[in-house]
Amino acid sequence: MDFLTTLQVLDSAIRLATPLLLACLAGLFSERAGILDIGLEGKMLAAAFFSAATASITGDVWLGLGAGIVASMALSLVHGLASITFRGNQLISGVAINFLAAGLTVLIAQAWFSQGGRTPSLIGTGRFEPLTLPGAEMLTGIPLVGPIYSELISGHSILVYVAFLMVPLTWWLLFRTRFGLRLRAVGEAPEAVDTAGVSVVGVRYVAVCICGILCGLAGAYLATALQAGFVKDMTAGRGFIALAALIFAKWRPWHALYACLLFGLLQAVALRYQNIDLGAFVVPVQFMDALPYILTVVILAGFVGKAIPPRAGGQPYVKES
Amino acid sequence: MDKMPGWADAVLVPLFSLFLAALLSALVIIGIGEDPIAAFKLMVDGALMRSAGWGYTLYYATNFMFTGLAVAVAFHARLFNIGGEGQAMIGGLGVALACLYIPWPNWYVALVGATVSAAIFGALWALIPAYLQAKRGSHIVITTIMFNFIAAAVLNYILVNQLRPQGAMDPSSAKFPEPTHLPTFQDMFSTSSDQLFRGAPANVTFFVALLACLLVWMLIWRTRLGYEIRAFGHSPSAAQYAGISPIKITVVTMLISGGLAGMMGLNTTMGEAERLVMNATEGAGFIGIAVALMGRSHPLGVLLAALLFGFLYQGGAELALWTDIPRELIVVIQALVILFTGALDNMVRMPLERMFAALRKSERPGDRSARSGPAE
Repeated sequence: MDFLTTLQVLDSAIRLATPLLLACLAGLFSERAGILDIGLEGKMLAAAFFSAATASITGDVWLGLGAGIVASMALSLVHGLASITFRGNQLISGVAINFLAAGLTVLIAQAWFSQGGRTPSLIGTGRFEPLTLPGAEMLTGIPLVGPIYSELISGHSILVYVAFLMVPLTWWLLFRTRFGLRLRAVGEAPEAVDTAGVSVVGVRYVAVCICGILCGLAGAYLATALQAGFVKDMTAGRGFIALAALIFAKWRPWHALYACLLFGLLQAVALRYQNIDLGAFVVPVQFMDALPYILTVVILAGFVGKAIPPRAGGQPYVKES
Repeated sequence: MDKMPGWADAVLVPLFSLFLAALLSALVIIGIGEDPIAAFKLMVDGALMRSAGWGYTLYYATNFMFTGLAVAVAFHARLFNIGGEGQAMIGGLGVALACLYIPWPNWYVALVGATVSAAIFGALWALIPAYLQAKRGSHIVITTIMFNFIAAAVLNYILVNQLRPQGAMDPSSAKFPEPTHLPTFQDMFSTSSDQLFRGAPANVTFFVALLACLLVWMLIWRTRLGYEIRAFGHSPSAAQYAGISPIKITVVTMLISGGLAGMMGLNTTMGEAERLVMNATEGAGFIGIAVALMGRSHPLGVLLAALLFGFLYQGGAELALWTDIPRELIVVIQALVILFTGALDNMVRMPLERMFAALRKSERPGDRSARSGPAE
C-alpha cells in the first residue's frame, strides 16, 4: 500500500470517526451522570433527518444544524422525562426512542418530500463544505509533511474540527470544573450530591441535554457533511458503535477519541477493501463490519482490563424521606 | 398495602397505555395530512375482514409470540434480552441447516427436527451473553445488542460465501426440499368449494407458537425452575440465600429465552420463504420487547399482544398499499407502546392509582388511605 493510499484511508477514517466521536461524547455525558443511553442511534437519526429537511427547504445548512439539534434535544427530553422524572427503565426508554426516530423520520420524510422516505439531495449552501486550512496549498510540495497536512488535516468540514475540539473541552469540563465534578458525582453517588444541596434531577437533566446537543451535531454531520441528504436508517448502527466505543474507552474522553478513530479506521478499511487477502487466508468484509462489536464484547468480558461503568448508572434516584 | 387491585394492574395499565399510544399515533396521522379514522377502517378491513387478511395477521402474530415469549421469560429473571433479533436470525440458520442437510421423510418429522435445531441455535447465540453476565458481570443489554450485529455479519457471511447456490445473485440459500414444506392454513382449512386463507403465509407453526405459550406458562408458574426464575427476578440476594444459584438461573433463563427467539425462524424460514434469506426477521425480535411489555410478561398477555401487533403489521401493510402512509407508522406505534408500557409506566400508573385510592377512600371512610409513591 503506497503512501497516498494510506493517506486516503486515514482521511476517510477521520471522516467516519467524526459522527462516532460526537455520539460517543454525547453518551459519555449522559452515562457519567448515571443515565444509560442506548437511544444515541435514534437521536442521531432524528437530527440527521431534520437537519437535512431544514437545509433542503431553506437552503441554509446552519438552520439545518439548529433544527437537527432541536430534534435530538426533544428526544433527549423524552428520555429525561422517562428516566429522571418518572423513574422508568432507562434501557427501555432508549429502545423506544430508537424506534420512534426510525419510524417518524420516514413517515415525515414521506409526507414532506414524497421521495420514498428521503430528502432531496442537498446542494450549495445546504451542505457543509470542506474547509481548506491556511497554508494547505502552499505546503503541498513539501514531502511527507505537505501531503499529511493538506490531505489529512486540512479539507474537512467544520463539524469535524468541532468534534475533535470537543474532546479536550469535554475533558476540561468533566475533570476541571465544579459542574463536571457534580456531574460525575451524580453518576457515582447521587445521595452524596443530594446531601451537598445540589439537585440530582437538575444535574441529570443538564447532562441529558448536552447529550442531545452532541447527538444533534453527529446526526447533522451525517446528513449535511458526510452525505448530501437524508436516507432511511442512514445512521446504520453508528449509535451502537458509539456506545461500543464508549465502553471500549471506559467512559473517558481521550480514550473515546482513540476508540472512535480505531472504529472509524475499521469502517474506512472495510469500505475500501472488500475482502482483505492476507496470503494465508482471506479476511471477509463481514468480519471487518463485526469487529467493533466483537472487540466491545471482549472488553466487556474483562479480558483486556475491566470496563467498570459509573456506579449509579441506570438507577433512578429516589430522595430519602 | 396494595394500591390497585391485581386485575387493574394487569388489564387497565396496558389498556390505558395502548389508548395513549393510539391517541398519539392518530395525531401523527393527522400531522402528515391523513385521516386516522379512515386509516383505522382500512387496517381493520385489510387485516380482519377477509380470511387472507387473517392469514397474514396470524403469520405475523406467530413471529411475535415467539419473540415476545423470549423477552417475557427473561423479564421474569429481571434480565433484559434485547438480542431476540440476533437469536432469531441464528435460529433461522439452524432451521435452514436442518432442512437442507438432513433428508426428512415428511413435514411433521422435519418440523420436530427443525424446531430442535432452531431452539439449539438460538439458545447457543444467547449463551455467550448469558455466561458473560453471570460470570463476569458484563451488562447483558449491551452484549446482546452487540450480538445482534455480530449475528447479522455471520449470517451475511454464511449466506454469501457458503449457502448461496452457484451462480445465484441474491444472498439466500437454495430452496428447501419438498418434504420439509409445512402445510399452510390454506392447505389445512380450505375445502374444495371454499378457498380460505388464499395465498397467506400463516402455517402450522402458529400452533407450535400456541403450544410454546402453554409450555412457558407451565414453566414459569408450575415448575420448580420457574419458581426459581421468578424468585431470582424479585430479589437476587434473597434467591441466593434460598440456595438458588444466580449463575445457573441467568444462564438457563437466557438459554430458554434464546431458544424461543430462535424458534421464530421456523415460521419465517421453513413456513414462509422455504429458504434462508437475509433479514428474514424484519425486526420481529424487537417487536418482542413491545409484546412482552404490553402482555405484562404473561403468556396469555403475550398471545393477545402478539395478535394485536400481528393486526397492526398486516393493517400497516394495507395502509402502505392503498394510502400514502408508509409502513413505518407501525414502527412509531410500536415505539409508543414500548415507551408507555415500559419506560413511562409510572406516568400511566400514577393517575390510575390515585383513582383507585380515591375510590377506596369513599368506600371505607376513616380507613387509612393508600400511601402514594412509586411502584416497586
